[in-house]
Amino acid sequence: MNVSTSDDLPQSGQPPKEFRIGSDVPFYLCFGILGSVYIFLIVAMLIAEATYTTPGHLLNVLSSPAIRYSIRLSLISCGVTTILSLWVAVPIGYLMSRFDFRGKYLIDAILDIPIVLPPLVIGLCLLILFQVNLYDGMTLEDLINRGTLHLLGREFGVTYEIPAVILSQFMVASAFAVRTMRITFDQINPRYEQVALTLGCRRSQAFWQVVFPQSRRGLVAAGTLAWARSLGEFGPILIFAGATRFKTEVLPTTVFLELTVGNVEGAVAASLIMVIAAVIVLIIARYSGLSRSAL
Amino acid sequence: MISVKQLSVQIGNFSLSKIGFEIPTGEYAVLMGKTGSGKTTLMESVCGLKAIQSGRILLMGIDVTNKKPAERGIGYVPQDGALFTTMNVREHLAFALKLRKWPAGQIEKRIRELAELLGIAYLLERFPHGLSGGERQRVALGRALSYRPGILCMDEPLSALDEDSRGEMCDLLKTVQAHTGVTVLHVTHSKTEAIQLADRVLLLSNNEMIARNPAEIAGDS
Repeated sequence: MNVSTSDDLPQSGQPPKEFRIGSDVPFYLCFGILGSVYIFLIVAMLIAEATYTTPGHLLNVLSSPAIRYSIRLSLISCGVTTILSLWVAVPIGYLMSRFDFRGKYLIDAILDIPIVLPPLVIGLCLLILFQVNLYDGMTLEDLINRGTLHLLGREFGVTYEIPAVILSQFMVASAFAVRTMRITFDQINPRYEQVALTLGCRRSQAFWQVVFPQSRRGLVAAGTLAWARSLGEFGPILIFAGATRFKTEVLPTTVFLELTVGNVEGAVAASLIMVIAAVIVLIIARYSGLSRSAL
Repeated sequence: MISVKQLSVQIGNFSLSKIGFEIPTGEYAVLMGKTGSGKTTLMESVCGLKAIQSGRILLMGIDVTNKKPAERGIGYVPQDGALFTTMNVREHLAFALKLRKWPAGQIEKRIRELAELLGIAYLLERFPHGLSGGERQRVALGRALSYRPGILCMDEPLSALDEDSRGEMCDLLKTVQAHTGVTVLHVTHSKTEAIQLADRVLLLSNNEMIARNPAEIAGDS
């Protein structure tokens, strides 16, 4: 082992000895190759999907009434889920961003549960929540049935019905919307509200007139993310809403059902619709200018 | 008049204890002190933006210790101006007036008056994005003064400006104060600003407030 002696070290007043370092190429090469493998897989996967089917076949699949119902239900349920997600994401995101309070860490952890929990488990938890005995043999499902009968004159169920599709999507999509809105509000300096408060605003006025208009881009990003997550949601829907044609079938369910009957082309066509939607959402989210960390 | 009595504030490990000072009506006071001495905290407490532990704050003879920021009648100009990114300059000047439900004609008249006083008439339809540092501070000043508050609090309003703009803003601040008669609390590090602007200088050091004459500050420098 070579050990530098005092003779090797530069002495004051003497010209510095030549100091050489190795090339940076291996570093760039290593990182470049490792990164390229993943990027290549993503692109190859999309090209394979896109070239597997023809436009003619895609149109043929789109003309099927079951698929059209599935697309319609997907679009409507994702729209409703997005609106509901924003309704909870804005207040939670704002409160978590602006205020410190006891139990904040716990609430923060709870908000991340839908992101880390396996999707099937979320579906199972929802199923149990609606079937568990609350009192005297009455379940939450029964309560909603009675409530809707009393209020609307007709029983509306949740489990294995369309509301179950929306609730399944909502549970996961909201977690992402909340996270995005929190980052959005973190990026807006609290000084704006403080100035607004000194100018004569109540808290609500400072929020709606000053902060909320500035969060517009984050709102678009949160909405598109929630929409995209809802569109791809499958596990909780399968468990909690079932996979019944012309009832609770959404696009991921279509992919599943078509695959189970061996219609790979049908499954590919349905998934291609989701790929196109995902690309559109990605463009909107990037265009909305929110930092990459939100995605 | 701004009167602060026995004010104590605690934020994390930092605290101000039993601070007191007075600024007579119509005076221009400059608050100085080292970084971390608590100047901004003190100003924010006066504005009602920081909760205080004890003490009293009286503005124009009224105890505002427990009042909300909106009820204190203070025009506040933060360091970076904090202009609202979604509003144009006209909307900034009208913001506080609309909250107070001024008639449209009066709002328009006040906007013209402020724009003329601050030399920002040519900016009225512009948005904050793209305004220079000096222009932003003029707009922030106009927004703070729009509803004719008796007190103006400014937190290092000239620190982000270049030398020329700073000189212009100093002249403007003098003109504005002479024109409006507003009582000013101006936080700064700059002795030059203090000498140019102050009727009295307040030095915050080691949790102690010392009132000094601007001439003494000039002598120090």
